Amino acid sequence: MFQAFQQRRWPLVLLWILIVAAIVAAPTLLPVFRLNQLGMFLSLSIVALGIDLIWGFTGLLSLGQGIFFALGGYAAGMYLQLNSSADNPNGIPEFFSLYGVDRLPFFWEPFHSPVFTLIAIWLIPALLAAVLGNLVFRNRIKGVYFSILTQAALLVFFNFFNGQQKLINGTNGLKTDVTQLFGQMVGSAEMQRGFFWFTAVMVILAWIFVRWVVRGRFGDVLIAIRDDEPRLRFTGFNPTLFKTIVFAIAGGLAGIGGALFTVQSGIISPQEMSVPKSIEMVIWVAVGGRGTLVGAIFGTVAIQFAETFVSEVWPQSWLFFQGALFILVVTVLPEGVIGWFKTDGPRNLLSRVGLARRLVTYPQLEIDGQDEVQP
Amino acid sequence: MSSPLLELRQITVSFDGFLALRDLNLSLKPGELRAVIGPNGAGKTTFLDVITGKLRPTAGDVLFKGRSLLNKPEHRIARLGIGRKFQSPRVFENLSVRENLGLAVSLPKRPWSLLTTDLTATQRDRIDHLMEIVALQQRANQIAGSLSHGQKQWLEIVMLVGQAPDLLLVDEPVAGLTDEETDLTADLLKSIAGDHTVLVIEHDMEFIRRLQTQVTVLHQGYVLCEGSMDEIQRDSRVIEVYLGRNEEAV
Repeated sequence: MFQAFQQRRWPLVLLWILIVAAIVAAPTLLPVFRLNQLGMFLSLSIVALGIDLIWGFTGLLSLGQGIFFALGGYAAGMYLQLNSSADNPNGIPEFFSLYGVDRLPFFWEPFHSPVFTLIAIWLIPALLAAVLGNLVFRNRIKGVYFSILTQAALLVFFNFFNGQQKLINGTNGLKTDVTQLFGQMVGSAEMQRGFFWFTAVMVILAWIFVRWVVRGRFGDVLIAIRDDEPRLRFTGFNPTLFKTIVFAIAGGLAGIGGALFTVQSGIISPQEMSVPKSIEMVIWVAVGGRGTLVGAIFGTVAIQFAETFVSEVWPQSWLFFQGALFILVVTVLPEGVIGWFKTDGPRNLLSRVGLARRLVTYPQLEIDGQDEVQP
Repeated sequence: MSSPLLELRQITVSFDGFLALRDLNLSLKPGELRAVIGPNGAGKTTFLDVITGKLRPTAGDVLFKGRSLLNKPEHRIARLGIGRKFQSPRVFENLSVRENLGLAVSLPKRPWSLLTTDLTATQRDRIDHLMEIVALQQRANQIAGSLSHGQKQWLEIVMLVGQAPDLLLVDEPVAGLTDEETDLTADLLKSIAGDHTVLVIEHDMEFIRRLQTQVTVLHQGYVLCEGSMDEIQRDSRVIEVYLGRNEEAV
């Protein structure tokens, strides 16, 4: 902790204290409705952590994280639907009867098992990400072409899920709030409080995990990929492998986030795979601060609450605010909010208005003193 | 000692009919320091691209320690012991000097071992030693992007050394350096040669002279002649195609 203060990382430490305090205090302070929202936003922040890993650190801008998010959500939704349909005709979820389906599609079967579901939630998205990612990376497709491909993949999944009423209830999606878990209704206040705690713990675990990945030499390789990928090849590293791994990790995290989001929002539908949703995910990270993990969490929760409050006051106006926010970040805060704090933003701002001494030389010279200055 | 470390056999590279390299033969003995010169467009960089696997030759074969390098991806060739320095300095700008060297000396370079292990004490000592060679200890924790042009060149050269390659390919190491930095770079390369086989591509005649070594002249994709700097400068063909234009200057 002391070291953290010395390295002028106090804003981060402070932020962490605030986050933990907020999580602990939330269930007693917030009404159930708001608590539920916070839980949903925290699950989204797990997705953002994954995006930060691949974009902030490795430089891969994916516009298709909604695929993995929705797959995790569908896995959870399918299990809950099955778990609550024992009394239905044929013992299958109710919506099937609308389309005259009387036998469970084969891929639903394994979701009877809670263990399988818990694994599938992260493993299916991670495997899909690994396969898709590897195909793209091994052909050395990068930059904007990678982004476009991920968005195209997203549209494929979006259209497929929308059209498959008989398999997965199409546009309507799967409802989870009236399903049963541990003999209780998933949408009940008590269950939702439980999910909130669980989500909070998962966010912290996800943060610890991603931090472990980016700390040390593995993280250095990721930054090196962002800086100069060909150079890294000639240093003896195989960037394709590293990129595939982090893309799979980000996919798995998106799946976990999607499952947690679904049980708290009460429904998973193909709408989660729409193009704007996946772009929004990227904006959370951009606003919070690329390359800062706390920034990803902070950005997600802050923007989502902003959206909620703005929409409550001025319905239908959020997109304007979001656009303005994005322009603001791109032009004034390229490192995001947390990045701004890290790069001496507050002091620069104070010196602009004359409240702090402005550095007369390069910061490094102020630290080094007489450091081989060449005339 | 007599068997060559690197052998290029009748390498031809054709870009849509344009021959960047034609029937190029070259062999390097272990421990040799070799300079390659040639006018613009002689195929110097293409020739490095072929050795390091960035480019596949249209015909011919590249042998390293007696094994063919064709169809091997870049990172495998690098792991076999060939390090390459690029023309403009290419270091990882957002990593510190120490982290840059850390990646170079890491072994094995697989994801799992990078995640679960740390640099060994020996590796850390080597990093310190490498930084000492180029006087970058003071800047160990600064990001490489903040270094001067010359310091980046040196960092990249010691990163290569850190990779412990048997063969170092160095492309125009003194482009854009001051005279003083150029002299230091020449000394650095000379001190590295001996333990390693070094192949330097350069434009700068004074620099090549300082290296006091065997020179190969490339012209339009083939080897025009080989010899010491003095022999080269007396060779009438070389004077004609390359040195002739600025004979007075040399």
